[in-house]
Amino acid sequence: MNWRRAALAAAAAAPVIALLAWGMTRDPKEIVSPLPGRNAPEFALGVFAPGEPPLARKVGDTIALASMRGKIVVFNFWASWCLECRVEHKDLSFVAQQNASKSVQFVGVLYNDVPSAGLEWIGKMGGQAYPSVLDQGARTAIDYGLYGVPETFVIDAAGRVAYKHTGPIPAALLQAKIDSLLAAPAVQSPAVQSPASR
Amino acid sequence: MIALVAVVVAATLALASPQVVTPPPVSAIVVPTQRSTADSILEARTTEVAKGLRCPICQGLSIQDSPSEISQQMRALVKEQLRTGKSPDDVRAYFVSKYSEWILLAPEAKGFNLVAYLAPALLFLGGLGTIALVVRRWTAAGESAGESAGESAVAQGAVAADAGQSTQPD
Repeated sequence: MNWRRAALAAAAAAPVIALLAWGMTRDPKEIVSPLPGRNAPEFALGVFAPGEPPLARKVGDTIALASMRGKIVVFNFWASWCLECRVEHKDLSFVAQQNASKSVQFVGVLYNDVPSAGLEWIGKMGGQAYPSVLDQGARTAIDYGLYGVPETFVIDAAGRVAYKHTGPIPAALLQAKIDSLLAAPAVQSPAVQSPASR
Repeated sequence: MIALVAVVVAATLALASPQVVTPPPVSAIVVPTQRSTADSILEARTTEVAKGLRCPICQGLSIQDSPSEISQQMRALVKEQLRTGKSPDDVRAYFVSKYSEWILLAPEAKGFNLVAYLAPALLFLGGLGTIALVVRRWTAAGESAGESAGESAVAQGAVAADAGQSTQPD
């Protein structure tokens, strides 16, 4: 055996094997969002599902991110056709109720669905503690870099995306994120990102 | 009588002739043509950008090729942004700012991404070099084998000649 030749072949193959091995450790479906740490994209969307007291909003009201500065916003995208949204639904309503007296606002966003189907789904699921809004043409969803539902964004009091969760969010994890933001010292609000900058 | 025939013939010809259509005013022709040209240019630019953006819920499909609702909505947004005067690069930058560079079907040729662009060319050149080296060695081995075979044949011939001479009677 020619050892010199074998060592040369191994040295040539090693980087390729290392690259492939590194690729195997990655989830091709995982998209790293560039949003955490940045200003949350502005939105102003109409309520179609009012939620329940004390978090209820009137149907037709507009919920705008700009009007919620100083509050922690939990922004959850869902749909009636989404199976995994059933998994997190009770957890979200539970955490929303637990934090109703704090400076925390929950907003649901119906993604590529019709309001009647959304309302029927909420009824079947035993209600929703917080209001849900409509996103016509999925413009807000695209603005948030959404690629599926459920996805949840936790926006801090300064209007920055503090956390993005893909898939059903467990109650304990969501509560921990909210608690850490409530405990954080108040920060100066960054400049509001204009929706016209799209 | 002749006058009557002339009138009848004239009336018949008038009825048989194709209906005269008054041409529309020039402005009515020009405006739709200009609009359709602008629309087709916008459509072509939209298609060009959409072909390079990845459908977020598909496997390796662009938003131009995917029939999914989100792809069509993204395509509509591309068109809207181009219509408002943004350049194709601006539109791509918007999607990258939302979805990261993952949204581009072809990554930008910079930084670590250069590996994807340079590696095929380097591997191709490396392969060509290896083939050239191997072929050269084979050829050299063949030539030296041929030469040695020729030399041995000559040597054998000489031996045979010597033997022939030695076997010849004096």
